[in-house]
Amino acid sequence: MSTTPVERATTFARSWGSLVGIGVLALLLIVVAPAVLDEFRLNNLGKYCCWAIVAVGIGLSWGRGGMLVLGQGVFFAIGAYAMAMHLTLETAGPDGIPVFMILYDPLAPLPGFWVPFRSPIFTLAAVVLVPILVASVLGFAIFKRRVKGAYFAILSQALAVALAYFIGGTIKLTGGDTGLSDFKSFFGYDLADPVNRRMIYTITAVVLVLCMLVVWQLYRSRFGELLVATRDAEERVRFLGYDPANIKLVAFVVSAVMASIGGALFVPIVGIISPKEIGAAASILLIAGVALGGRASLFGPALGAILLGYGRSTLSERFENGWIYILALMFIVVTLLLPDGLASIPRRLSGVVTSRRRTA
Amino acid sequence: MTGQNYLEVQGLTVDFDGFKANENVDVTFLQGRIHFLIGPNGAGKTTLVDALTGLVHGTGYARYGTKDLLTLKSHQITRAGVGRTFQTATVFEELTVLQNLDIAGGVHRRARGMVLARRGVPSYVQEAMETVGLADHRDRPAGILAHGQKQWLEIGMLLVQDAQVMFLDETVAGMSHDEREETGALLRRIAPTRTIVVIEHDMDFVRRYADIVTVLHAGKVLAEGTVAEIQANPQVQEVYLGRSTEGVEHG
Repeated sequence: MSTTPVERATTFARSWGSLVGIGVLALLLIVVAPAVLDEFRLNNLGKYCCWAIVAVGIGLSWGRGGMLVLGQGVFFAIGAYAMAMHLTLETAGPDGIPVFMILYDPLAPLPGFWVPFRSPIFTLAAVVLVPILVASVLGFAIFKRRVKGAYFAILSQALAVALAYFIGGTIKLTGGDTGLSDFKSFFGYDLADPVNRRMIYTITAVVLVLCMLVVWQLYRSRFGELLVATRDAEERVRFLGYDPANIKLVAFVVSAVMASIGGALFVPIVGIISPKEIGAAASILLIAGVALGGRASLFGPALGAILLGYGRSTLSERFENGWIYILALMFIVVTLLLPDGLASIPRRLSGVVTSRRRTA
Repeated sequence: MTGQNYLEVQGLTVDFDGFKANENVDVTFLQGRIHFLIGPNGAGKTTLVDALTGLVHGTGYARYGTKDLLTLKSHQITRAGVGRTFQTATVFEELTVLQNLDIAGGVHRRARGMVLARRGVPSYVQEAMETVGLADHRDRPAGILAHGQKQWLEIGMLLVQDAQVMFLDETVAGMSHDEREETGALLRRIAPTRTIVVIEHDMDFVRRYADIVTVLHAGKVLAEGTVAEIQANPQVQEVYLGRSTEGVEHG
């Protein structure tokens, strides 16, 4: 029963085949899509790509790590608001005060926490470093106390809801429920210029591909195996000499950074960020996309998020009120018939359902 | 053949809200011996191992090298070289035999190497795989292994993680006759350089492979000695009286 060269070749092909898959996806997103889609559709695709970036991280935390991160809106918000504050200040000009603040109080000084966001460098650093900091502190407190399962999900969801309420209630500081919008330029590039908008789309698509490469490497690494082991038998992992809290923490932090970057790119593409995009419903829709695509697979989360985004736009254009029901129905059907998501269809078709090997 | 290494337990008490699952247990596990823990159900055998591996809180003292195991967390105890198996084999079913063994090799690696994929088979993994006789099943998912093979895989994982002290909780329970024989031979092979502690109910197996036996009863050490000494002990006979299935009396 020893392994044949053929079997080894299959394992090899599965791992590197994924890389080819990422290459094809990169080609479609970066070269083909800009060539065939009009400006409006391309911008929409950019928006879906932002969700897909978040989804790739959710796939890591939830699919592989078993942590149902129902509150990725928190990290999405960190990136999005950091970017939005910078773009708002950039639009206001040097020493300028954001328009919405002047509306409430023409003489108000710029709140202290806004000031550093005048700097593009600080903003970009914040998009990456703040989620690392927040997720580390949160994750450390949560995982060391062995909070898991539904409790973890509820906790993370509650944080997203709380943050959305907090932002909604601090209109003078954050723009409140109206959100931040009317950005004119992006790091010196005029946002009204289609060429620049196309550039932002390309950046987003490249970032998505990079995120997929990161999880591809993580999934095939020893860390990836350990993460799956932690998901399936956390207590057992302790007796291998690892603290499962640390393993989960790493996955959680990586997915938080991805959510933040997704949020940061969302802002110039969509042109507005408000609490609506980060609260309970938004966070759940992110999860829904991942579940739809297949949470534990490499391509499932990203494709699911893009598909869900496309479905939302298309359905809401046709059925202004009913789209959410159609979407929910689709979600239920997929969950019932394909618990491993759409990404499991090829495998099911080819009949390789043996032993549910998910490791790439 | 007895080495320098030992694990010395003194006055170990495990108190579950007033119920003492272990009370004032003194026992020393020496390198090179296969040490059996026997006793009726509820005698506190597994609890003793749980306490020594950080799964439940115990008071007293458990010296291994320079460390008191009772002050450490489970993963630290593992890193210190003390490993265990569980009554129900808990291998990672979706991972292959090779992956299961490899994942146990964290003590050999630095944290930053974790983000790399495995290249080839590390020598300590190959060695363990051959020792436990699973080299032919290298790339099969652990979930489809036979019951006995899963237990061997667990022992293999202990070998990979360099466990100098191994607690094996009812490893041969549910195994076929041949599998027991092989397990016994395996324990003999690995025992000289290690401290092996086996919780067991099957007296045949105990008789064949025990170098020393500690009998637990109601959380306390009732007797300790060779198999012959234990079987001649009137107190032990009394505890086991009417438990003919345990088979002590016709030894």
